Amino acid sequence: MITLNVNGIPRSVDLAPETPLLWALRDTLSLTGTKFGCGLGVCGACTVLLDGVAVQSCLVDVGEVKGRKITTIEGLSPDGTHPVQRAWIADEVPQCGYCQSGQIVAAAALLARKPRPTDADIDDAMDGILCRCGTYDRIRRAIHRAAKEGTR
Amino acid sequence: MTAPEMGRRTFLEIAAGTGLWLATSPVRVVAAEGAGAAAGSFQPSAWLNVDPAGLVTIWVGKSEMGQGSFTGMAVLVAEELEADWKTIRVVQADADARYGRMSTGGSSSVRGSWEPLRKAGAAAREMLVAAAAARWGVDPATCRAGKGEVVHAASGRRAGYGSLAEAASKLPVPEKPVLKDPKDFTLIGKAVPRLDTPAKTRGATVFGIDVRVPGMLHAVVARPPALGGKVARFDAAAALAVPGVRKVVEVPSGVAVIADTTWAAIRGRDALGVVFDGGPNGALDSAAIASLVASAPLEPAPARNDGDVEGALAGAARRLSATYTLPFLPHSAMEPLNCTARVDGNGAELWAPTQSPQRARTDVASALGIPEAKVTLHVTFMGGGFGRRLYPDFPVEAALVARGAGAPVQVTWTREDDFAGDLFRPCGRNELRAGLDAKGNLVAWHHLVRSPSLSRQSSGNPAAPAGTLEGAIGFPYRSGAVRIEAAVPTVGVRIGAWRSVYSSQNAFPEESFIDELAHAAGKDPLAFRRSLLPADHPLQAVLALAGEKSGWGKKLPKGVARGIACHSCFGSHVAEVAEVSVTKGVIRVHRVVVAVSCGTALNPDSVAQQMEGSVVYGLTAALRGEITFAKGAAREKNFPDQDPLRISEMPRVETHIVPSTAAPGGIGEPGLPPIAPAVANALFVLTGKRLRSLPFQLKG
Repeated sequence: MITLNVNGIPRSVDLAPETPLLWALRDTLSLTGTKFGCGLGVCGACTVLLDGVAVQSCLVDVGEVKGRKITTIEGLSPDGTHPVQRAWIADEVPQCGYCQSGQIVAAAALLARKPRPTDADIDDAMDGILCRCGTYDRIRRAIHRAAKEGTR
Repeated sequence: MTAPEMGRRTFLEIAAGTGLWLATSPVRVVAAEGAGAAAGSFQPSAWLNVDPAGLVTIWVGKSEMGQGSFTGMAVLVAEELEADWKTIRVVQADADARYGRMSTGGSSSVRGSWEPLRKAGAAAREMLVAAAAARWGVDPATCRAGKGEVVHAASGRRAGYGSLAEAASKLPVPEKPVLKDPKDFTLIGKAVPRLDTPAKTRGATVFGIDVRVPGMLHAVVARPPALGGKVARFDAAAALAVPGVRKVVEVPSGVAVIADTTWAAIRGRDALGVVFDGGPNGALDSAAIASLVASAPLEPAPARNDGDVEGALAGAARRLSATYTLPFLPHSAMEPLNCTARVDGNGAELWAPTQSPQRARTDVASALGIPEAKVTLHVTFMGGGFGRRLYPDFPVEAALVARGAGAPVQVTWTREDDFAGDLFRPCGRNELRAGLDAKGNLVAWHHLVRSPSLSRQSSGNPAAPAGTLEGAIGFPYRSGAVRIEAAVPTVGVRIGAWRSVYSSQNAFPEESFIDELAHAAGKDPLAFRRSLLPADHPLQAVLALAGEKSGWGKKLPKGVARGIACHSCFGSHVAEVAEVSVTKGVIRVHRVVVAVSCGTALNPDSVAQQMEGSVVYGLTAALRGEITFAKGAAREKNFPDQDPLRISEMPRVETHIVPSTAAPGGIGEPGLPPIAPAVANALFVLTGKRLRSLPFQLKG
């Protein structure tokens, strides 16, 4: 048994330690907001926060994260009103929505680290997360909005 | 609007409930019982219920894959119903003949619903008004509906829709409900927030891959990579030795490994040591396909033959010819293919992210050998579709795996499976010839499209209409003579519909070659196009608008050039101007100005979203998209081999809409075809090189 700290709650999983965190979240804990996209860490759909840092959960083994703080989209805010989530709604970012959990948690990590990111900061932080619907322009807009309105 | 909600609120539960019930088809609106009685002849496209609490529920038979049609369809009803927008619920219908044609494709959801859904809303409104008037003993003409209630201004009486629903349901359905004047619209034409957005920001939307059924196991399938290949042998015991693996089952499409988690199933499949026979296409490679395409015989007669092309070419002052080639392309929706199924003695239940629910249901029933009535198919939200989810292979396979497993199973396609098992956008080879007279007028146009046929492959009928001239046959420019014809190779790889289908292929040669002609004639490419189009052609307006908004003809920073292209498809017309630079051999698109004429823009922000999406999807294809084959299988395996555009490469996309009150055209696809030629035309201005092959290669 491995005990994970997910969204502030201790959760026990009976999995081999080399199991990727992604599958523990989705298939064992039914936290399906974190998505599977490529399994190679190149699409970013599986992005979660590990001690506040954006990581690709398909590349993290459950055995490596004992005791560390894991935050998924479900735990980003108690009621879905994190400044990034509010900005995403205001700018009508999602289309299909599949990549947006990863985009949102990555944007939240960026803003926590850099409250006023430049376009170049956004490119650096968000380039690992693919979207096939073309929401990139709006993601950029929404991050700037969250930066501006987030602290209010 | 999440899947569990859809599951609970089934049609039958609600139909058994109370309130006002209407069914609507493109032809008429009827009471729900009437629709049931006339089953077979009446084909409703949506069902509407106003319940006694005033909640308005719309069952839609179209799939939401990001295009926003759920919200769009709700707007159509709410506008005419004069409903309070906050009371509107949209429910995704299960696969059933009672919803008419459910297939979601061809940018058709809103187009096909424009009349029927508004009529249903208007009929319900008139019935609710009549019910209120009868209750109060007043003339219905003295009552007004608004914000979910009926008001009699003279007496100050008002009644909410919920309190009127029961009485309204007993009234006759008006045969010709009166639709609103477009100037009175309060929702249509406005940027109404999408109903599905909040859940998508919380990770709460249930896509196909997120369905969780009690007792559900997870599976992956090892499939032969070549079309017609077979499983030769595998080691089930080795897979079963992997912790978490429960069962190994052979199904017609391959070998399924069933486990407690997707990860265990993947590890089990790795251990399976499966070996395939390549089958009839096991030696096929890209070079062999290219020669099949180049040598395919012409169809017996040209599909369009206006005037004498050969004579006009012989008499032309200038003659040009060029060959353009396009690759196979993957769909690569962000949500990999998947489907969840439960099969037992009572029948089958599926949760499928499908664009073709009815076809999937029919094929599942047939594969299981059970009556269709015993198959329930729930449609989930989809993480993109782009045409791949029109095909029923993945639900059929999931049903067979679930039957073999003896438990509910979710079959997940890994990204590698999604690439290998895609039905690719067909390749194309386009041979064009044209003639100009001494003044630079177009006197001859000949376009030969060499591309495999989707309809012939899927039907297996070599005499079926090929369909490959879509996007070419409607050549809009005036020319002394025009010939459009097809040669249709049969290639041994899977092909499928891809966003904007053959327009995605044929607009590139057409709009690039027109640009070649403009330069050959020494004319401005925008002015040249407009001079060749009839004065009332809808492309005139979008070309003019794109020119104006892009600052066509104005100076650009050094090293940046503009290109323009336009195309009409799916009932809409689009022109795009791309601003492009090249640095150290890397093509960069900075800005794309889109002008679109799509009739009534039901939701201008949704139109903008679809233009942004089409530009990015088309740009990924133009810059990097290509599937090549070796041993009958795609050589590109995952995103690193075929990397979609990323945020750092995203151009600024500006959408401008030509105002209109006409019926809506499609918006999901028409923004795609012009982007590749617009960029190619800019690259010609910038580099003097005419790139006639996709994806673009500046070197060599």
